[in-house]
Amino acid sequence: MTEVTMTVNGKTVSGSVEGRTLLVEFIRNDLHLTGTHVGCDTSQCGACAIHVNGKLVKACTMFALEADGAEVSTIEGQANDDGSLNVIQQAFKEHHGLQCGFCTPGMVMAAADLLKTNSKPTELEIREHLEGNICRCTGYHNIVKAILAASGQDVSNIAAE
Amino acid sequence: MPKDSGIGAAIKRREDARFLLGSGRYSDDITLLNQTHAIFVRSEVANGEINSIDTSEAEAMPGVLAVFTGEDFVDVGGNPAGWLINSRNGDPMKEPKRPVLAHGKVRHVGDAYAAVIAETEQQARDAAEKINADIKELPAVIDMASALSGKNFVHDEIGTNQCYDWGWIEDNREATDKAIKNAHHVTTLELVNNRLVPNAMEPRCSIADYNPANDDYTLYTTSQNPHLTRLLISAFVLGIPENKLTVVSPDVGGGFGSKIYHYGEEALVLAAAKRIKRPVRWTATRSESFMSDAHGRDHVTKIELALDKDNNFLAFRTETMANVGAYLSNFSTVTPTILHGTLMAGNYAVPNVYVNVKTVFTNTAPVDAYRGAGRPEATYSLERVIDKAATELGVDPIKLRRQNFIKPDQFPYVTAAGLNYDVGDYDAIMDRLEHHADLKGFAQRRKKSEAAGKLRGLGINSYIEACGIAPSNLIGTLGARVGLYDAATIRVNATGNISVMVGAHSHGQGHETAFPQIVADMLGVDPDNVEIVHGDTSKIPFGMGTYGSRSLAVCGSAIVRGVEKIISKGKKIAAHMMETTDDKVDFEEGVFSVKGTNKTVSFGDVALKAYIPHDFPIEDIEPGLEETAFYDPQNFTYPAGAYACEVEVDPDTGQVTIESFAAADDFGNIINPMIVEGQVHGGLAQGIGQALLEGCTYNEDGQLISASYMDYTMPRAADLPSFIVDHTVQTPSTDNPLGVKGCGEAGAIGSPPTVVNAVVDALRSANHNVTHIDMPLTPERVWAAMNN
Repeated sequence: MTEVTMTVNGKTVSGSVEGRTLLVEFIRNDLHLTGTHVGCDTSQCGACAIHVNGKLVKACTMFALEADGAEVSTIEGQANDDGSLNVIQQAFKEHHGLQCGFCTPGMVMAAADLLKTNSKPTELEIREHLEGNICRCTGYHNIVKAILAASGQDVSNIAAE
Repeated sequence: MPKDSGIGAAIKRREDARFLLGSGRYSDDITLLNQTHAIFVRSEVANGEINSIDTSEAEAMPGVLAVFTGEDFVDVGGNPAGWLINSRNGDPMKEPKRPVLAHGKVRHVGDAYAAVIAETEQQARDAAEKINADIKELPAVIDMASALSGKNFVHDEIGTNQCYDWGWIEDNREATDKAIKNAHHVTTLELVNNRLVPNAMEPRCSIADYNPANDDYTLYTTSQNPHLTRLLISAFVLGIPENKLTVVSPDVGGGFGSKIYHYGEEALVLAAAKRIKRPVRWTATRSESFMSDAHGRDHVTKIELALDKDNNFLAFRTETMANVGAYLSNFSTVTPTILHGTLMAGNYAVPNVYVNVKTVFTNTAPVDAYRGAGRPEATYSLERVIDKAATELGVDPIKLRRQNFIKPDQFPYVTAAGLNYDVGDYDAIMDRLEHHADLKGFAQRRKKSEAAGKLRGLGINSYIEACGIAPSNLIGTLGARVGLYDAATIRVNATGNISVMVGAHSHGQGHETAFPQIVADMLGVDPDNVEIVHGDTSKIPFGMGTYGSRSLAVCGSAIVRGVEKIISKGKKIAAHMMETTDDKVDFEEGVFSVKGTNKTVSFGDVALKAYIPHDFPIEDIEPGLEETAFYDPQNFTYPAGAYACEVEVDPDTGQVTIESFAAADDFGNIINPMIVEGQVHGGLAQGIGQALLEGCTYNEDGQLISASYMDYTMPRAADLPSFIVDHTVQTPSTDNPLGVKGCGEAGAIGSPPTVVNAVVDALRSANHNVTHIDMPLTPERVWAAMNN
């Protein structure tokens, strides 16, 4: 077992992990931050998407040890300071961008990553940016709509009717 | 009730905040004190004889607490089939035992034959690798036709791979044969309804907690119907008394059918928790999900459509082989039969229908209901053969459908496949579809695509489904071994807020938001004062869970009945308070009043009085305000719709892209249109996935070669368009008090033939003599169809 220390959602945390412990396992099992989900074992589904040093990362593709000293941000750190939903989260709620909620944390983290670099993405850019995130419930329609809305764009053109 | 929060209002979902903040509570998020971990050892071969399993090395590994094999469960029951289907000759279906862990033989890749319990998951995993099993690989039974004709049996003890040979309706067989023989025109189509993996994003997870003090158990599990899971474990598998077993399904990350069923892993963790007297948990990896979740579809069908000289439909005749996999999953026998055969008249006034289904055991994972369950298979066969007939006859596919629709004045209409459709207006739906699909502009769009070197196709479909899977008296005659009513308890608390305990389970459907809209509307209270409790057998009277688009039609109706009882008792209390008799009391918008007077008491005052009955006529009125209703309808509901899809095909690569997709559905009355639209979107995505991308594939040795997201193509955001969804045609169901029909499966039922019709249309526009391509329409298959 090896000691590992990192900053998660602004707090310094540490723990002792095996070499094979994945970052997502450390986050879920040691830190009990269970908003980051595990939906596959081949780094395909994106349910575990988080930000590491400002970059969108699938937390199942890194060992916990690799994140030693890193700045990690998870879904639990996304709300406004008063605990209310941030702009992206609010847009997901407003536009029914989630159903079972399992992929949702990864989707929100992916959306935040996109809007950081592209403040007014097109529908196609959003769809392409979500290539690493699978949702089985929504058909993506309302996720795309929510992200467009979160970026302040008009969504009436992709209204459902 | 303000119309912005009651029935029909698109209010935002109250469950969203916890999911968006990362504070949802899924099974795998639960940590129990002193918990241990289970890892299953699964077969690497499709068919094999277990000669021996040596567990000694595993048992000596660090942290190992117990090891189980099939030997440990020989004296307990098997996981049963919930529906008895008889063959045409009257013989009952074959029901080989499905054990908790494989014993004697392993029958599919992923069939679990041992389990290790250890202090940590990694220790359990390490020890599982030290289980030394001597398994002699046998030839695998994979192809259905060979399975039926061969002598290599998945279950030696039954001496056949045929589960049953079912005919529907047997009395119609001769007339159907005759109609086809004498018809002016017969269109024949052979097709495959591809095998799919449901792929809820949350893998299955089960955690068992045993309490030796009371000899009782709690099972946290990813289930769409916790009561049914408890019933199966109690009555059939482990024999734990129902009142000693609590099943909790907290937040569940999607189901789509795959989490209806009881699985052996649930029984194993319960048995293990009792043996080691500590909680035992297991969460599937995605690879395990692919290998061991119940799969869907997997039919091979020949369908014939007979028409007269005026293009009137005379008969549909279908022969289907349906793969049931290695064991019977709980609803696996009803899915390819009742849920498929009874829909084989579609939306059409066709006088003759006959369906023959042979269901086949193979060395593959069990196959059961997946979103739509039998109805997508029926719709696909019907709507593909109708399209082919339109091409052969040179008639417009919409006109051909419209000509044969059951007309609004024909309802209630008993179809040749035996169902009694209560109400519908298929032409009105098609009108809405034509409005959205801009058919007139298609020629222009096709020209534009052609100018860009692409082929463009238009596909049309109309579908009907039987939902609100319930009527116990009907399904009982059809072989169901359970009733399929649902239940709700309405508890009005002393302070006036309301808890509603429901048998339906929400795993994405938004019950926590939509159900309170019903209660709020009826009682004139704010929906925020109504809390839905679901997914816990210790809190809920009973329930048959969520599947078959039944939650609102059946459980929602139970809520209505329960609230009616509350109002009825409330009137008695109000009458006492206002010194009158309850027949003189009205209730409206949350206020009880005495007819013809200005005397009123509020709902809240009545609730409080119910719990502080100082001056109650106790012999006439019991204290408290809580009512339970079980609701069992008399018929299915019949949502229907029409879909249009435009595709572009790249002639050089065979790549298909969906350019537009419009869906017009009739769901009857709608409680929350936002949620309804979301359900349709999701169904469409799964149906388009089936049509273009998804295919669960076993090779001839029974190896599952699509066992991860690297190999099994899930629809991603860029694979799909935005959808046009219309539900303005609303013919309310006449069979339930809400007039609702169900919307959860529609999209998955109607979309696969729409897409395939569109691709075939695109190819034919370039003079390719293509009449059919089997799903999924991968670039390779489309290219091959163009270049053969």
